[in-house]
Amino acid sequence: MDGLKFVGKRIPKKDAPLKATGEAIYIQDLKVPGMLYGKILYSKYPHAKILKLDISKASALPGVKAVITGGDVPNNFKFGFLKDNPPLKSGKVLSTRDEIAAVAAVSQEIAEEAIDLIDVEYEELPGIFDPIEAMKEGAALVHEEFPSNVLKMPWKFVHGDVEAAKKESAFIAEDTFSTQWVTHCCLGTSGCVASFDVGNTLTMYSNTQIPSLAQGDFLEALKAFGLKNKRVRIIQTVIGGGFGSKLDTYAYEYIAILLALKTRRPVKIVFSREEEFLATSPRQPTITKISQGCDKDGKLTFREMAMVLDNGAYTSWGATTPSVMMVPISSLYKVPNIKYTAKCVYTNNTYSQAFRGYGNPQATFAIESCLDQLAEKAGIDPVEIRRINANESGEVTPQNFRITSCGMKDCIEEVVKRLDWKNKCKRGNGKGVGMASLIHVGGAARVYKSDGCGTIIKVDDNGKVDVITGASEIGQGSDTIIAQIVAEVLGIPMDDINVINNDTDVCPWDVGAHASRTTFVAGNSALGAAQKIKAQIMEIAAKNLGEPVDALDMQDGIIFSKNDKEKSIPLGKVLRKAHYSLGGRMLVAEHFYDPPNENFDQTFRGNLSVSYAYGAHGVEVEVDRETGQVKILNYIAAHDVGKAINPMLLEGQIYGGGLQGIGYALGERMIYDKGYLKNGNFLDYKMPTVRDVPPVQAVIVESDEQAGPFGAKGIGEPGLVPTAPAIANAIYDAVGVRIKDLPITPEKILRALKEKEGQKA
Amino acid sequence: MKKEINFTLNNEKVTVEADTQWTLLYVLREVLEMTGTKEGCGYGECGACTVVIDGQAVNSCLYPIMEVEGRNIITIEGLMTKSGELDPIQKAFVDEGAVQCGFCIPGMIMSAKALLDAKPKPTEDEIKESIEGNLCRCTGYVKIIDAIKSVAGGR
Ligand code: FES
Ligand code: FES
Repeated sequence: MDGLKFVGKRIPKKDAPLKATGEAIYIQDLKVPGMLYGKILYSKYPHAKILKLDISKASALPGVKAVITGGDVPNNFKFGFLKDNPPLKSGKVLSTRDEIAAVAAVSQEIAEEAIDLIDVEYEELPGIFDPIEAMKEGAALVHEEFPSNVLKMPWKFVHGDVEAAKKESAFIAEDTFSTQWVTHCCLGTSGCVASFDVGNTLTMYSNTQIPSLAQGDFLEALKAFGLKNKRVRIIQTVIGGGFGSKLDTYAYEYIAILLALKTRRPVKIVFSREEEFLATSPRQPTITKISQGCDKDGKLTFREMAMVLDNGAYTSWGATTPSVMMVPISSLYKVPNIKYTAKCVYTNNTYSQAFRGYGNPQATFAIESCLDQLAEKAGIDPVEIRRINANESGEVTPQNFRITSCGMKDCIEEVVKRLDWKNKCKRGNGKGVGMASLIHVGGAARVYKSDGCGTIIKVDDNGKVDVITGASEIGQGSDTIIAQIVAEVLGIPMDDINVINNDTDVCPWDVGAHASRTTFVAGNSALGAAQKIKAQIMEIAAKNLGEPVDALDMQDGIIFSKNDKEKSIPLGKVLRKAHYSLGGRMLVAEHFYDPPNENFDQTFRGNLSVSYAYGAHGVEVEVDRETGQVKILNYIAAHDVGKAINPMLLEGQIYGGGLQGIGYALGERMIYDKGYLKNGNFLDYKMPTVRDVPPVQAVIVESDEQAGPFGAKGIGEPGLVPTAPAIANAIYDAVGVRIKDLPITPEKILRALKEKEGQKA
Repeated sequence: MKKEINFTLNNEKVTVEADTQWTLLYVLREVLEMTGTKEGCGYGECGACTVVIDGQAVNSCLYPIMEVEGRNIITIEGLMTKSGELDPIQKAFVDEGAVQCGFCIPGMIMSAKALLDAKPKPTEDEIKESIEGNLCRCTGYVKIIDAIKSVAGGR
């Protein structure tokens, strides 16, 4: 027994009762007095000149309070990672999600009616929809102000000597893999309410995952709008799903701000489902050339990858996904020689952004599919080649990642055992097994200059504890994990802890719910604050009880002497004694935890994360040779999580991530045809339903990460990282065809089977 | 055009002046300001808006308010007892870790309620059938199935 009372326990999520009763207020549910409803008009064409934009009829509609167009955006303001995206476009549109006008009206219905009354004339222009075409010499420029469609971001990582290693390799496998657009499908769509007070303080009710960064973005916008030196307050409503979709700020938010400014009334914009499909930013599609080699014993000698990413028409933070792709590319397995380049290319498609895994799933699909190809060439079992090359603690990888805890081998063995690999592989009867491993950041990721999170703890006169954290709750359970950590340190019941996490006026700074960092960083921050407040409490209690501090302990909210159990005092009483005395004091502690990880240097080296998360997925499939249908018979997801602070919530992350991964592998795809989205609804997009859930086991491997709170590492993203290659590998084992282009649809399998037959004949 | 509609909502008689074009979901959320029932798509494909009408789980976003006359409707707000105790289904969702972002959860619970009221001991397949119109992006459905099973086992 580790003696832990709260950490490691299956404690229900703190906000679950609110959500299960319908009491939780999401952005959809929020009404602010005087609120207007905003609505956006999007471009009809993927690439066109706007010849005429007549808003007179819309403006004249009773109930309409404002209609704005590109001309209403002050100072040519643009947002986004490269500041290439005006919230309302004028003159020219570059994609079908380009915002060209917006309305604020007294009701949603009137706002929609007004949008229909806006009269636009376009002159259609030819567009570029294929990144390969867009890269060619002389291709038309998506942004005429830039010299090339290739973004000026030099993604290149080189380690060792790949050319020399190629010559020395006994076996080499090379191929090209590609991935598709997929979208987050948060059940709660995006939205915000923007509101100014008399002093022009902006309050944004929002479902952002990055309150502190969004605050900065909006302040910058206010400045551009002529409101210098103002304040921005972000209040997060309950968030109906994140998965990276809310890791950036979007045009609709700036539009709501502009409308609120113009009308001097709060303006709410909430996306319809169609809009959510059209105007939020999906995962980047990639085309990856990969080549990997090994020696005669199966030891990897090199990995070379060149990637092209469809950036779309504008640039979000998502353009930095190649930096996270580098994590598996440089460091999944021990590979001495690495070469990686990536190009993000402007097209007239939708622009991409962050989605759980942040580039890692795309990279891992290529690496792990190709690794099976290499194993076959070398005549080595797929499991064996992974065992031979598995990462280990103590290793320093080519990117200078210092590997601390590492449960990769244990995860692989769990998969082997639970899948019954030996008996299930190479049966040649339409059933097959496959596996794939993963590495991801598990101890935060220093993407920004700071990777920190602050926590403030205050204790009230009745012994109740408020934990005020920068961490955003997006459904993953940070509210509960943080409370468990505080409860454990203080020795007080979970119910006595209130977690406040949704208001930048109150909450300390945090860089956001990204990079699987919240348990690790916010957890460590809460841990530090809890230890500080405990020291204060014990000091006062010691005086009251006449005992030395180190003789005291606290359980169930009672402080007692370990020497003499009779000597005890409830927490609330300690507080009142401290408070209601001459020269009294209040009990508040704060702690900022910024992990000792490193930004990349110019060569993309640096210990990005304090620790790394590992895992392996194994899958048994049955492929119907007649229909091409794939049925998953068994799915094992083994994850090295350091320590499970709450195994129940953690399994939820693995199951949820796993099914998103299955959707990515087998069915989900945003179909864009020359810039037009063809399946922007749930019926045609086909995200997994309960009918797609296979028999699945979430296996938790604990490696006790020294730097993590109670030994924990991150688990938010890993669940979907190795899913697609594990499935692709299993399909290959089952029927001998390798699908290199996601999603793996029955049509592709049938086509490949037919080709294979043809080759035989 | 507006018309008076009478129905039973969570065991209380209600009367609303409704536009004949409105859906039940619109009336619940916008007129009665009961926001527990969610809108995830508005066109019958996600189940977030599920309520129980005369024992049947239905998508309230497609249900015309005109057809509600005289019917008996239960929404997520009607499950908790007056003294604030959770319904066993709600409690199971909480205890089994079936709730993440929570947006799909009221609809899931209402689908489960219709099932369990009609069939206290459903098979796993019947459980899946009951929620196959309810999309969830967070949980992978595993713990939702577990939660419904645990109520069925406990009844
Ligand atoms: S909102 Fe009714 S089914 Fe989606
Ligand atoms: S819990 Fe988030 S959609 Fe189901």
